[in-house]
Amino acid sequence: MTELRKRGGGDRDAENISDKDTDGEDRFGLGGEGDRDSKPDTDTPEVQPSVDNTPKCLNKALAGMSSRWKNWWIRGILTLTMISGFFLIIYMGPLPLMLMVLAIQIKCFQEIITIGYRVYHSYELPWFRTLSWYFLLCVNYFFYGETVAENFGNLVQRDEPLQFLVRYHRFISFALYLSGFCMFVLSLVKKHYRLQFYMFAWTHVTLLIVVSQSHLVIQNLFEGLIWFIVPISTVICNDITAYICGFFFGRTPLIKLSPKKTWEGFIGGFFSTVVFGFIFAYLLAQYNYFVCPVEYSESNSFLIDCEPSDLFVLQDYTLPSVLQTVLRWKTVKIYPFQIHSIALSTFASLIGPFGGFFASGFKRAFKIKDFADTIPGHGGIMDRFDCQYLVATFVHVYLTSFIRGPNPSKVLQQLLVLQPEQQLSIFNTLKSHLTETGMIPPAIRGP
Amino acid sequence: MTELRHRGPTEKDLLQQQQESESEVRTDGEAPSDSEIKPDPGVPPTVDDTPEVLSKALSGMSSRWKNWWVRGILTLAMISFFFIIIYLGPMVLMMIVSALRGQAKHNLKFRVSCFRDHHDSLPPILYHLPWFRTLSWYFLLCVNYFFYGETVTDYFSALVQREEPLRILSKYHRFISFTLYLTGFCMFVLSLVKKHYRLQFYMFGWTHVTLLIVVTQSHLIIHNLFEGMIWFIVPISCVICNDIMAYMFGFFFGRTPLIKLSPKKTWEGFIGGFFATVVFGLLLSYVMAGWRYFVCPVEFNNDSNRFEVDCEPSDLFQLQDYTLPSVLQSLIGWETVRIYPFQIHSVALSAFASLMGPFGGFFASGFKRAFKIKDFANTIPGHGGIMDRFDCQYLMATFVNVYIGSFIRGPNPSRVMQQLLALRLDQQLHIFNTLRAHLIEKGLLSAIEEAA
Repeated sequence: MTELRKRGGGDRDAENISDKDTDGEDRFGLGGEGDRDSKPDTDTPEVQPSVDNTPKCLNKALAGMSSRWKNWWIRGILTLTMISGFFLIIYMGPLPLMLMVLAIQIKCFQEIITIGYRVYHSYELPWFRTLSWYFLLCVNYFFYGETVAENFGNLVQRDEPLQFLVRYHRFISFALYLSGFCMFVLSLVKKHYRLQFYMFAWTHVTLLIVVSQSHLVIQNLFEGLIWFIVPISTVICNDITAYICGFFFGRTPLIKLSPKKTWEGFIGGFFSTVVFGFIFAYLLAQYNYFVCPVEYSESNSFLIDCEPSDLFVLQDYTLPSVLQTVLRWKTVKIYPFQIHSIALSTFASLIGPFGGFFASGFKRAFKIKDFADTIPGHGGIMDRFDCQYLVATFVHVYLTSFIRGPNPSKVLQQLLVLQPEQQLSIFNTLKSHLTETGMIPPAIRGP
Repeated sequence: MTELRHRGPTEKDLLQQQQESESEVRTDGEAPSDSEIKPDPGVPPTVDDTPEVLSKALSGMSSRWKNWWVRGILTLAMISFFFIIIYLGPMVLMMIVSALRGQAKHNLKFRVSCFRDHHDSLPPILYHLPWFRTLSWYFLLCVNYFFYGETVTDYFSALVQREEPLRILSKYHRFISFTLYLTGFCMFVLSLVKKHYRLQFYMFGWTHVTLLIVVTQSHLIIHNLFEGMIWFIVPISCVICNDIMAYMFGFFFGRTPLIKLSPKKTWEGFIGGFFATVVFGLLLSYVMAGWRYFVCPVEFNNDSNRFEVDCEPSDLFQLQDYTLPSVLQSLIGWETVRIYPFQIHSVALSAFASLMGPFGGFFASGFKRAFKIKDFANTIPGHGGIMDRFDCQYLMATFVNVYIGSFIRGPNPSRVMQQLLALRLDQQLHIFNTLRAHLIEKGLLSAIEEAA
């Protein structure tokens, strides 16, 4: 909730010491930080007084309660606000969703880079900020260009300048990146080589983590809103249910990195999340709006309408005999997607927390309490999204490996770009293949 | 040319290094004065790695010329070695690229370990945390597995289809690679030790940046190689030539310094190297474009289980007449000239190698200044480590790959075929009809006659 360092300037001593000594937290007397973490309201003595970002109205409403419950209420209210906001944006459609993902990505990037600046006192050298943002722009341009080229085929075919941009897209992106690289080399200043290289590496690792993840999130979104909503919801659910289970039953600590996590919370969260995912998938799979791939139609708008694939059609499954005796049903009608949702929930509960541990370790390493204080009661955007890290990649890999094949329009695009002889040979191979499988009656020839 | 720090420091070295680190910390990244050549005081004496035979042969000369000769001989040795490997064929080239990548990464990692020791005044502790090295090598393995799997899937598709285990590995390739990476990630998180969080995160970040730079580049090099060995040889040769030419021009005519980072580079060397490289590129591509061995895409012959480099050369590698612009006509007195279209592309490649290649070198120089090392390692006598030789190649491989992708070829037809066959049958039919309409439009397919 509070930052250990303020922007630019601030406590000279703390900053000077931090760089030079080891990670020996004993110097700061933070060896007991583990204990302190469990009481969220006590500040470590070296830290600036906390900045209270809570809106005035909330403060007034909760003025009467003790500070611990007040904290809990703030967190709760903000959680509900965020979840409602999430559902509202889903209702509004794919484009606002994409914009939201973009906004979150930019904010996460900014938070992490700000931490890097602070750690390396690089705030004064103006090139750093420009270059970091420039690299963010380049990478985003590259990724969004690929997305547009793949999914907005109709739009691209019509516009001449867009066609040019798409055809030479990689070259243009590479040229943009190169300019940034050359500017970096030219900006190397004698006394600050090491700092500048740190920031360069920091920027690239952040881009690798944050931007490619958000790109994969958008790819998942185009596959069908359900592939976007269910993973994110299961991670949020896991967070909340693990917290609640830990709150009521928590006894055995899980990992030294995050002393507040307990085994009971972990396992309770796992089972609750699987059940939640199962039910939630059942609810969402009924609506075409969530299930169909997002397409960009001729009429300049997003189209979400299709014949649901087999995954989203109710089917009968025979229960294994164990469950049969327990539930006394022979068969059950579920969507095949719900079985996949179990895999997604399992991953979100078991591996998702590792993303959280990674972020905790990161915060410990650089001695910050939260990434930022954007959200009152929760910290920065990155704090909310640290467990989402890896889940987006997993869903994308899962999709491409087990669910869908290649994108037919993309294959068609590639086909049309080939040399005519190659097209002809592919045509003949395809024709013989289709004739074999009986899609084309062999006797019919003609236009 | 020599390392400022040894492997496995002795106690005396540790003491010296600790003293150094204290002064380093105070100056906070300040680079030593401009002379690259003067070693730091208080540093262990330089190690001379030159083989005995060379040392004896050159014992008579003064140390400056001796140095020059050592560099020259090693350069020739490396270039000859390079050409021998080319002769041996694509498979060997691939193996060499992988080995170099591993060595380069090892160099970079080692540099960082040493640096970290001094920065945090904990010299031996890094080596006592066994997970660091294991994890870094593990990540290298994962990323390599991922890239090579993609290459194998792309280019060896028939072989893959035949063998059952390969087919499964190929179908779920991304999933398997991701799982491997995840395991490494979880091991990293579990290995976080209380007092060394920052170090460990540095190493994690460092490993990933190194992987990004080194491994991606070598993967792209191999892609270029499959496109045709000429796309592999000409870029690398241009960069080497630019290095050598810029050095020689700078040696004979050098006067105006180019950039503060590398005081030995001069504008004369830069420009002279540029023109010399363009000319060299033109000549080399003229020579190479005549041979099928270099020009044809590398294919894996399913029947003979070997690499095959045989084809009908594409238009790029057929001699064509070009009318010279009138300026050149009056100069040279020829009206037309027969060149390969590829030579025009080679001008672009050489221009990039001469103009941008040095930026990779400056990057590496800045890097060495930042971390106060003279060379990445002393693997090659007279030249330093592998990374020293390849710092200018950085970016070149990416450029060639992007260039090929944008201007030369379209997507790989066999890959498109694979993807087609993986689609659902109704989607295939739809594409079939679209393709047929397209081909009829273009006149490649007569509406009436469709050959069986």
